[in-house]
Amino acid sequence: MTDQFTPPPSVGCRAAPVLKQRGQREVFCGLTGIIWLHRKMQDAFFLVVGSRTCAHLLQSAAGVMIFAEPRFGTAILEESDLAGLNDAHAELDREVETLLARRPDIRQLFLVGSCPSEVIKLDLSRAAERLTQQFAPKVRVLEYSGSGIETTFTQGEDACLASMVPVLPKTQERELLVVGALPDVVEDQMMALLDGLGVGPVRLLPARSLDVETGIGPNTVFALTQPFLADTHAALERRGATHIAAPFPFGEEGTTAWLAAIAAQFGVSDETFKAVTDAPRRRARAAIAQASEPLNGKSVFFFPDSQLEVPLARFLTRECAMTAVEVGMPYIHDSIHGPDLDLLPEGPQISEGQDVDLQLDRCREARPDLTVCGLGLANPLEAEGLSTKWAIELVFTPVHFYEQAGDLASLFARPLRRKGLLKHEGIAASDPTMREVAQ
Amino acid sequence: MKLTVWTYEGPPHVGAMRVATGMKGLHYVLHAPQGDTYADLLFTMIERRDHRPPVTYTTFQARDLGSDTAGLFKKACQDAYDRFKPEAIIVGASCTAELIQDDPGGLAETMGLPVPVIPLELPSYQRKENFGADETFFQIVRHLAKPMEKTARVSCNIIGPTALGFRHRDDVQEITNLLYELGIEVNVTAPMGATPTDITKMGQAHFNVLLYPETGEQTARYCERTFDQPFTKVIPIGAGATHDFIAEVRALSGSTAELDTDRLRQSWWSRSVDSTYLTGKRVFIFGDGTHVLTAARIARDEMGFEVAGLGCYNREFARPVRALAKEFGVTPLITDDYLEVERAIEELQPEMILGTQMERHIGKRLGIPCAVISAPVHVQDFPARYSPQMGFEGANVIFDTWVHPLVMGLEEHLLHMFREDFEFNDAAGPSHHGGHAPQKQGAPAPVEATPEPATTGEVIWLDLAERELKKIPFFVRGKARRNTETYATEKGLREISLDTLYEAKAHFAR
Repeated sequence: MTDQFTPPPSVGCRAAPVLKQRGQREVFCGLTGIIWLHRKMQDAFFLVVGSRTCAHLLQSAAGVMIFAEPRFGTAILEESDLAGLNDAHAELDREVETLLARRPDIRQLFLVGSCPSEVIKLDLSRAAERLTQQFAPKVRVLEYSGSGIETTFTQGEDACLASMVPVLPKTQERELLVVGALPDVVEDQMMALLDGLGVGPVRLLPARSLDVETGIGPNTVFALTQPFLADTHAALERRGATHIAAPFPFGEEGTTAWLAAIAAQFGVSDETFKAVTDAPRRRARAAIAQASEPLNGKSVFFFPDSQLEVPLARFLTRECAMTAVEVGMPYIHDSIHGPDLDLLPEGPQISEGQDVDLQLDRCREARPDLTVCGLGLANPLEAEGLSTKWAIELVFTPVHFYEQAGDLASLFARPLRRKGLLKHEGIAASDPTMREVAQ
Repeated sequence: MKLTVWTYEGPPHVGAMRVATGMKGLHYVLHAPQGDTYADLLFTMIERRDHRPPVTYTTFQARDLGSDTAGLFKKACQDAYDRFKPEAIIVGASCTAELIQDDPGGLAETMGLPVPVIPLELPSYQRKENFGADETFFQIVRHLAKPMEKTARVSCNIIGPTALGFRHRDDVQEITNLLYELGIEVNVTAPMGATPTDITKMGQAHFNVLLYPETGEQTARYCERTFDQPFTKVIPIGAGATHDFIAEVRALSGSTAELDTDRLRQSWWSRSVDSTYLTGKRVFIFGDGTHVLTAARIARDEMGFEVAGLGCYNREFARPVRALAKEFGVTPLITDDYLEVERAIEELQPEMILGTQMERHIGKRLGIPCAVISAPVHVQDFPARYSPQMGFEGANVIFDTWVHPLVMGLEEHLLHMFREDFEFNDAAGPSHHGGHAPQKQGAPAPVEATPEPATTGEVIWLDLAERELKKIPFFVRGKARRNTETYATEKGLREISLDTLYEAKAHFAR
């Protein structure tokens, strides 16, 4: 199977010097993860204990808002709650009681800590214990922090999954646990591939509902599908499970390497591996070749955002023939990101953390063909003539595994294709002020 | 603690951002934890701005809390000044920073920056976005504007428009043109488009035009006291209100200039026979106080609707909204609880909602058409075309906007006549909307958009009556059900038969 691989670079980026700057960080907080987690776990409700800002963030990040009563909400702290903590606990109990009475479909309730709840040291773990006792066995109450002072963007999912690990039942079975929320269609494809390889039983975290048996123990081996699950990784190791380190399953190469690592762990023969993967690999390659044409030879600059930056840079440089200028990550964990950094050819500046103004200076200086950044920066950079790809779309769109590899390349190619299609300069004119700026 | 699913207003520092982002040459240094930068996307995505909001966030993290967050703030403040060289700086705290009590105002004052530094006190756990905008603008004016000699020609300031405002961009243009036709110069429009230097000159104007009381009333009152500038009280939304506004401006300015009112098409459009089907449509109105007050008048006096209920989410406007509800003979709903609004709408079963993007959700769920009249804003509330709410063109725009979600006049009749037509039936919705699609032959009966339990309270619908009710087109079915039930309750009936249905129809006929 190695005959189809592009050989790994002689020098990867694992040992490259990392630029660490400290300043304003233009990132979401971990609460944002609720937007996709509440869709994934259909019997769960996420109750943020926070401020009006938290509620406003969730609403704004949900963007168009969802035409239904969402399975998340915010218990907004008011002046009176800040006075005494005992009151805050009683208030929280009351809100949870009302909520569970109105929504009998809820089986798992996550109390989600926020910046204000942490600063006033509101002990949500105590509240979760108390409420679990009160509502057992019907409802399980867990807590985690999605606060900006503790987490960025996708770390919210990490904190959420990590909070579930201690309550997973114990098992001695040799099982594969696949960790990370995936769109259902992608999850089904993954399960079919693993089934074809004869790997099993396969358990998922998060499972679609509480009733699915996901256990853990010393014979559990686990693979991550998302590169932002550091705390969950640590929590699983604490329960005795073993991590299968691998590049992440983005693109044909990433997917193959990820599956190969699991196959090796489960003693899958080369023939079986080839039989299962050859056809989807060929399809993925063909799809990427077609979709990535506008990307070939172009440069890309990553602002730190979703934590997917290193694996995606690996995909874009090795499978779409792009050059990476800078690859920024909110944070880097060698044990998780190492395999992808090994494959990323040396050259790009690897950076961790952010001083957004200085990073914008570097980006303007480099004038990359494509900039991957958050929603706050995208239109301003477009107005300066740069092409951008919003990072949040990468978290909301099915992009993992073979059948999505072409779609992943298309996501990046679309801004460049669009630029080629539009014949007139756009002058931003959303208010009279801006018209003057544009003139 | 209060459980909130959707919020009508953001926190007060977002209001301050709306002021800062609307202005030029001003910078906002916000003491805030990592993550609060999400607010940038409101402006860059929803409003499609081509520059980042002029806001520097300290973005502190947990590890900073034990050490020196005050030092972090001062560094951010200095860096922001060095990089952006603003004419003035506003400083404040978001909700979390308020708890750590670093006093950004006091810190910034000690730094000796060579430009005015204006501290903001915005209590995050008590107040909301509109207050934040109103208070921020007021503090900026209070610090920067000085009494001045009035301009030789009669002039006014336009007060209230901000970034991320509901149609502020086009309202300002419409009203500026209107004032120009009246021979009145606009001295300063603020906050939107103004620099701190412009603010210093606000005292030159003879009077103020207050377009958005939500975000400008404190300033208007301050200028009245301090610079002897009276301000307009009429908000020119709707044809009648625009005429009243013009009269008010004439009284304040002495202008007698002729105005060309030919552009006002709304009045004739509303009188033309195609509009007769609008008569007595029951509407529910909800939004910010100012837009609700004006919309109610348009609904009744300019569209011929019946106002079935109204309310606002900003408590600051509870008093005038209550007074208006009394005048209209309806119960006012003053709440920022989305679920409460939903309950009220479900109960009233209006034929149309005039609301915000949130009520649009409710309408979609209940199968009631909705037109958006007020913030909170959505990317759709920033159309590419010129689309004011104020002035004569605003009245035209509102006519079109409110009529669009409804089934059109002749189509109503066709739906009554050809109820069983496979591509023109009532489950397909208004034919000019995307959702309209011919139904497949032999497909199962369409699912009711509105959840309609067979029993409501005490009254039971008998089978024949229930089936007859389903034959009534969807856009009047809610009203028919409600009227019949009201009639039955009044008559002390426990069951609704076919006869009851038609007796009620005769009873309520108009």
